[in-house]
Amino acid sequence: MLEIVIRISLLCCSLSMLGLIYRVIKGPTVPDRVIALDAIGVNLVAITALISIVLKSHAFLEIILLIGILAFIGTVAFAKYLEKGVIIEHERTR
Amino acid sequence: MRQPNNMILETALKLLLFFIVLFSIYIFTAGHYYPGGGFIGGLMTAGAIVLLLITYDIKTVQKILPVDYRIVTAIGLLFSIGTSAGALFFNVPFLTHVFTHVEVPVLGDLALHTATIFDLGVYFVVIGVTMTIILTIGEDE
Repeated sequence: MLEIVIRISLLCCSLSMLGLIYRVIKGPTVPDRVIALDAIGVNLVAITALISIVLKSHAFLEIILLIGILAFIGTVAFAKYLEKGVIIEHERTR
Repeated sequence: MRQPNNMILETALKLLLFFIVLFSIYIFTAGHYYPGGGFIGGLMTAGAIVLLLITYDIKTVQKILPVDYRIVTAIGLLFSIGTSAGALFFNVPFLTHVFTHVEVPVLGDLALHTATIFDLGVYFVVIGVTMTIILTIGEDE
């Protein structure tokens, strides 16, 4: 039973990832693509968790937190680049 | 003229930074028995400092963490070479590691291994090299 549920969830995650990849390729503006990439990161977290259930292993639990942190840092960096033009300022203008 | 103000990011950073640094230290110390180790731990610590750099700027971060990252790299290499060469004093080959069980009052039975000090060297080298690269690119006007 659990096996079937996990397979269905993996299929749903893959389908939503396909939709997000469509948005990354097609997205008319850059923020669309950034948000789609962030959501792909979240999907990747879900897929990693489901795969670690399938493999009956807890070796991937650190990876989940790692993907979350890296997706956050990447999204924040891209958002700052879009807002201010630089990622790391030398001295704040505020 | 609109004044940019990233107060939400600064407030989120105050909470998140501790989690990221704690996670990196956990992943560094767990490296002997679980996935992890010096390399990924150092990268996560560098990621925390990068998040600090994104939120504030180079001057503020230099005030918060007055560290020259090239010296951090040198200290890391010194740690690694020191633990490797220390084996030579005991008439065993280079890079021979030892471990022993120590009874620590609060923490109980700990298996202390000299490979941890070698790993600490890797940790410092990774932090130093990553931050040197990022700061050198970031300071370029």
